Amino acid sequence: MSALAVYAPMLPELILAIGAMALLMFGVFRPETQDEASRIMWLAIAVLLAAGFAVLQGASTVRLFDGAFIVDPFGRFMKIVVLIGAAGALVLSFDEMAERKALKFEYPVLVLLAATGMMMMVSANDLISLYLGLELQSLALYVVAAFRRDSTRSSEAGLKYFVLGALSSGMLLYGASLLYGFAGSTSFEAIAAAARAQGAGRDLLLIFGLVFLLVGVAFKISAVPFHMWTPDVYEGAPTPVTAFFASAPKVAAMALFIRVVVSVFSGIQPQWQQIVVFLAIASMLLGAFAAIRQTNIKRLMAYSSIANMGYALVGLAAGTVEGVQGVLIYMAIYVVMTLGAFAVILAMRRDGAAIEDISELAGLSKTNLPMAFAMAMFMFSMAGIPPLAGFFAKLYVFMAAIKAELYTLAVIGVLASVVGSYYYLRIVKLMFFDDARAPFEPTLPKERAVQWVAMVLVIAFVLPIISSPLVEAAAAAARTLF
Amino acid sequence: MEIGLGHYLAVAACLFTLGIFGIFLNRKNVIIILMSVELMLLAVNINLVAFSSYLGNLTGQVFALFVLTVAAAEAAIGLAIVVVYFRNRGTIAVEDINLMKG
Repeated sequence: MSALAVYAPMLPELILAIGAMALLMFGVFRPETQDEASRIMWLAIAVLLAAGFAVLQGASTVRLFDGAFIVDPFGRFMKIVVLIGAAGALVLSFDEMAERKALKFEYPVLVLLAATGMMMMVSANDLISLYLGLELQSLALYVVAAFRRDSTRSSEAGLKYFVLGALSSGMLLYGASLLYGFAGSTSFEAIAAAARAQGAGRDLLLIFGLVFLLVGVAFKISAVPFHMWTPDVYEGAPTPVTAFFASAPKVAAMALFIRVVVSVFSGIQPQWQQIVVFLAIASMLLGAFAAIRQTNIKRLMAYSSIANMGYALVGLAAGTVEGVQGVLIYMAIYVVMTLGAFAVILAMRRDGAAIEDISELAGLSKTNLPMAFAMAMFMFSMAGIPPLAGFFAKLYVFMAAIKAELYTLAVIGVLASVVGSYYYLRIVKLMFFDDARAPFEPTLPKERAVQWVAMVLVIAFVLPIISSPLVEAAAAAARTLF
Repeated sequence: MEIGLGHYLAVAACLFTLGIFGIFLNRKNVIIILMSVELMLLAVNINLVAFSSYLGNLTGQVFALFVLTVAAAEAAIGLAIVVVYFRNRGTIAVEDINLMKG
């Protein structure tokens, strides 16, 4: 028994992995009906909640498997956000898939496997475990993107995601091999120690390894110039899957990004800082300008998520405890806003067909005021208008950048967010001041629940009772990395 | 001439670059893209094994075995997606993958 007790810190991952396999068996041996599939969907949500509960039980920093796997407060914070994103996306998928009589048990199983991969990415402390976690997540996501097998657009999205995802994994791996050659070990601690040595910043193996590794991770968080796949995949994938893509995987990849640059490359901060500043500026500007002429709301959300990753990277560029704390707060708020916005997008349905045109939102306040109000709150929040949650998210990252004396970066960020607010506010204007179109079908209960919970969180974030636990947890998590 | 670490790294770098160009320049067939992806991963394996033998450290070879395994899984999923795509569109020519403008 004591031999097994060693693995207690990785209980959340074990719950997810074993849960996924058990549900797979359950699904294979039961009749293929909608009822069975919906039962497995509920069980998958329960598994995610159980894993979240197990994450909360941990307290200290533990290293497992010869240091390849690390459980620390930073990892716990990000894991909770990942699990919330995954569980929220599953709840959102429920109504849409049940409505089309298209519930399939494979979907929750794949989401659980992807979540397992994300948890491993967050906890990776070694190049090998980093790669395995990343691939477990990516392979499950490729399949989920192409999940609607009879849809040309869905399979095209899956194909594009696969090709560019495989390319990015290859780049990341090449970087990993160079770093192994540089340090003679795949452990993050060993690489960090080697990178701190005098003159390491001029070592070509280290610099090329850093660049390739960051290119691979930048693909996963869809930072410009590695964002090409995002709009197509978001548009083509089934909408519940898009909601999933926009939330949990982004958080996991961002956690990986933070851990790699802050704890592995702390010795060569000037080098990685240039890269992160460039990625941040390019993402914010492209996200702001390219979204303006979009007519499809899922494509708009894709550019919005690119811009949001840019803002989060502003905090990381600072490279300080406040900066990382800002990124953590940003990602938590981003997940809530994204899930809420997608709950509204999923509820845009007419005659059983999903509507994706932004212009169809016109006059929504006259036909469905609660939904219009919720959407307006998410849009105001993403535009960064006080006192909503999105404002505080931006405040924390920009303050960190100012304190680190990255004035140009902060100014460009604020200007980009002004440009970005144009397209968010355009949606609000459409909903409240334009002539009403035919009403949508009534919102389904689970979608409405997610809309309301997210909206309450976004509005109530200004109250210390909601915000201070998050801010304190993020501060404690950020401190463990330094 | 003694064949050293630098030679192995140069071969791996060439193969890796070929893989990347294979993905971006190829306008014909998705299968060629899958082959290019494999080429990139194998270039990485040469790197890992070369470093492993140069440093006298086994971790690189362990890593290479993991990469091989994952590459097989990746190829399986890639081919499955290509099959689904072919059923829907009846073609896997790269220039036809353009329903969404990106």
